[in-house]
Amino acid sequence: MKAPPFAYARPTTLDGALELLSTHADSKVLAGGQSLLPVMNLRLGAPSLLVDISRIPMLDRIVVDDDGAVTIGALVTHTAVEGSADIARHAPLVAEAAPYIGHRAIRNRGTCVGSIAHADPAAEMPAVCLATDAIMISTSTHGDRVIPASAFFTGFLDTALRDDELLAAVRFPASPPGATGSVVEVSRRHGDYALAGLVCRLVVERGTITDAALAYFGVGPTAERVPEAEALLVGSDGRGPALDRAVEAVEATLDPPSDVHGTTAYRRHLAGVLCRRGVADAIARSTEEVA
Amino acid sequence: MSDSTTHVAIGGDITIGCTVNGEAVAVQVPVRTSLSDMLRAALGLTGTHLGCEHGVCGACTIIVDGAAVRSCLMLAAQAEGSDIRTIEGLAVDGRWHPVQTAMHDHHGFQCAFCAPGFMMTAVAMLEDDPNRSEQEIREELGGNLCRCTGYESIVDGVLAAVATLRGAS
Repeated sequence: MKAPPFAYARPTTLDGALELLSTHADSKVLAGGQSLLPVMNLRLGAPSLLVDISRIPMLDRIVVDDDGAVTIGALVTHTAVEGSADIARHAPLVAEAAPYIGHRAIRNRGTCVGSIAHADPAAEMPAVCLATDAIMISTSTHGDRVIPASAFFTGFLDTALRDDELLAAVRFPASPPGATGSVVEVSRRHGDYALAGLVCRLVVERGTITDAALAYFGVGPTAERVPEAEALLVGSDGRGPALDRAVEAVEATLDPPSDVHGTTAYRRHLAGVLCRRGVADAIARSTEEVA
Repeated sequence: MSDSTTHVAIGGDITIGCTVNGEAVAVQVPVRTSLSDMLRAALGLTGTHLGCEHGVCGACTIIVDGAAVRSCLMLAAQAEGSDIRTIEGLAVDGRWHPVQTAMHDHHGFQCAFCAPGFMMTAVAMLEDDPNRSEQEIREELGGNLCRCTGYESIVDGVLAAVATLRGAS
């Protein structure tokens, strides 16, 4: 299918883009277009104006602060994320999630920040944001706004962004000492949307978990954390009975959708399996790093 | 661009200037035209095939500025100033690209609807790094669907191309 008609603008300044977004109702930001254009080709969306931000300077930068926080600009592609030594070192879960996204040709055009703004419930990056307490930096003609990930993903393909706002960058805070994590998912074909996936982030001090984040994707209308299971992991070694109880809490809390790819019961089962796998992987890595 | 913004009305046309298979072109198309439709309809380069038109099948894969992309998920408008390569540009002076030769020798394709997408994906992959393991090749080709071969002959072909390119360098 082909996209419905729309107007197209290619501003060369950020102010020019923000002006267009503020004055045109029903406009959409176009970066890589790897989520937006399929939506339009399938006629699931018909914005009246596309604001192509690809020619705006400075949005393609990856910036590392002195404290190790990493800020990824709106035009940084998934392929650039995969190839960045800075991201691999300072935001390892972002680096680990990137190769799971789509296929090479999709990652060459699609952007990390665009995937976050699109907020597909089965996408990896929103869950990475939730697990790492990332900060969304949006901008509009009214100025900048920072939104914590926990308040950003408000519903199916819906975020706290206003129509006139552009998600200019996403900032991943520095990892505390003892931080470890893993990204695990089950999909029918590598690169396809996951039937269920988990971004697990732990802080482990002398074998004891002192902080835990379990951010699931593909199991609800948005990526979501499971605080009930996280609380059961904190204070434990993340193995044996403690892990069993966390798995039970995951299965009791999540209520995944049923569709042609998998039933509710199957996805719930996968979520439990991924909890076991993700926590074990994260702990194994923290032991390796100490050794 | 004289203004800081190129702004086009609904239903209007846009003129795209880009390089296609080494030749500079300027082509006028409706704003909503995908890059694949620009190549096929406006330029007559029908070697780029359209399967799903939402990024799943990979048949429309071409190379833009050195990287494999889905031409169905790129607007013609986004290609302004780009260097585009399609399957029609692979052979030089009538001589096949090593990937084409290897695919021919290994009976890589049956109906061959997916062939242009597979070969452009393979060419981009090997230009990026010619020393690819079978596992890497399988992963990189994972974004392209073939309904005939079961993939084995395609992987064999790319592995043969790797050997040829290694011998040539």
